[in-house]
Amino acid sequence: MLEAVATGLFNGLIYAAVAVGLALIWGITDVINFAHGDFLMLAMYVAYWLFTLGHVDPTLSAPVAACVLGFVGFAAYALIIRPLQRAPPMIVILATFGLGLVLRQLAFIAFSPDYRNLPDTWLSGSIRLGEISLGRPQVVTGVVALAMIVVLFKLVYGTRWGRALQAVAEDRLAASLVGIPCDRVNAQVWMLGSAAVGVTGALLTSFFYVFPSVGAVFGLLAFVAVAMGGFGALPGAFLSGVLIGIVEALTGYLVEPAYKTASIFLIFLLVLWYRPRGLFGRW
Amino acid sequence: MRAARRAIVRSPGARVVAVVALALAAFPFAVADTFYRQIVVMTLMYGALGAAWNLVGGFLGRVSFGHAVFLGLGAYTTLLLLHNLALSPWFGIPAGGLIAAVTAFIVGRPTLRLTGHYFAMATIAVLAVAHVLMVNWSWAGGAVGLEAPIANSVWLLLFRSRAPYYWIAAVLALLTLWATYALARSKAGYYWRAINGDEAAARSLGVPAERYKMLAFVLSAAITGIWGGFYAIYVGFVDPDSAFSLTLSIQIVLVTILGGVGTIGGPWLGAALLVPLAEGMRVAMGGSGRGFDLLLYGLAIVLVSLFLPRGLITLRLRRAAAPG
Repeated sequence: MLEAVATGLFNGLIYAAVAVGLALIWGITDVINFAHGDFLMLAMYVAYWLFTLGHVDPTLSAPVAACVLGFVGFAAYALIIRPLQRAPPMIVILATFGLGLVLRQLAFIAFSPDYRNLPDTWLSGSIRLGEISLGRPQVVTGVVALAMIVVLFKLVYGTRWGRALQAVAEDRLAASLVGIPCDRVNAQVWMLGSAAVGVTGALLTSFFYVFPSVGAVFGLLAFVAVAMGGFGALPGAFLSGVLIGIVEALTGYLVEPAYKTASIFLIFLLVLWYRPRGLFGRW
Repeated sequence: MRAARRAIVRSPGARVVAVVALALAAFPFAVADTFYRQIVVMTLMYGALGAAWNLVGGFLGRVSFGHAVFLGLGAYTTLLLLHNLALSPWFGIPAGGLIAAVTAFIVGRPTLRLTGHYFAMATIAVLAVAHVLMVNWSWAGGAVGLEAPIANSVWLLLFRSRAPYYWIAAVLALLTLWATYALARSKAGYYWRAINGDEAAARSLGVPAERYKMLAFVLSAAITGIWGGFYAIYVGFVDPDSAFSLTLSIQIVLVTILGGVGTIGGPWLGAALLVPLAEGMRVAMGGSGRGFDLLLYGLAIVLVSLFLPRGLITLRLRRAAAPG
């Protein structure tokens, strides 16, 4: 059972990494990015092709994926989100849904729906920690995800720029009144959140299948993690991501794999019952 | 009172509805191709689903991404009653609506306390839980789903030809339109809009918010459940993936918001654009299996969002505002 918890922990770190990127975007620009999962999918394909065509290991292509996704995030903001600033909030969210669909279909057309995976990367193999055996790619990805989350936390909570982000998240109008360039902050947040997903996606290819719809699963879990943590609270998203990973693994081990997803959502509803604004939510 | 009624009947909206109703009545005689009739039926269904959703999402302002759960409940109830108790859909469909309404009542208690994004996520969670449960309940068909029996009887509301379903859909659609219109202009409708504007202020003025939020949720679920029952006998087959589908939920929201959320005509307009678009593209390009049809569908969503952010209905409203 310890192995289940450990697996869940490392899966959870990955969910948390995706969730934190989404939480940044959601918390600061107030947009639920329905295309977030598909951003992850794009990153996975970037890493996949870099490996297949250029023999670049996913660990090295992570920064590349981050840059590519940062650009995609910026483009999404500039072309879709910013023009819809004054529109009803739901339209923006639906536009991201359309964007996600477009990205998914482009991948479907360009790369075919085949499930692909990378056979032998630097990270292949397993690690033994005491009496539990874990896949090396999962552990490394989890550790890198954790490191990235720590870096993001330091950025948001430790720097002056990070305080500007928090200000915009808390009260956009007041932030602009004290001179914070909200538009630029928005763009930066979209780039940052997307880059985070880029890193995660690239590393995921070392052990997860790559296919056009892969974003759907991770995306949905990321939404749940962000909502459960309290939107606007990064630590919440992180903890919820890890919690989801552990709950999922434990359910698969103790109850039955078929109910894994249900238990995640039930825990989510339970959290909302006792804390209607999420675990750490303030607004 | 009579003057008010005359005003409604003479209003431009009523004229549009009359024209559309006549067109709907004449359509099957003019066009024999079942494909086009299918498009019309689907448009009516999505329009109605959107209109029902609009009660909660548009007037009350609580966006639900899990509404498909009510559709699924209605569909499954109808078919299960038909299979296990040989109960005709004449009773099964309303029963489906009832089950959906009861579920909404149970689920509504904890979820209606939530605001905005949390409520949306909670509805997705409810949908996901229902989906998993249905997949694992073999007495309800499990992952394989349920089939409607093949029959040709008015008593069973099952027919071999598609034509009678067209009329059922048309009647149901008109009833749904009338119901949403009546609700919007009723005291409930005003209370909902008040709660949407500012719940605290509405409460301070004496609006019993809890009761009316629940009312919107339950009514919306009931109508959706009834259409779920129709869906079950029309398509003839339900399974967890099609009935409890997040994509379907999102399409309901899509249709309403692109058409014009919070308006009576919005969902129908949205459906009238998106459903034929999706079906037409699927037929024109989907056959190659390359996914171009969905690509264009996604692009269409993005473009309509960018250029008509308040929905298609603004096309008409803008023209109306111009002379003034």
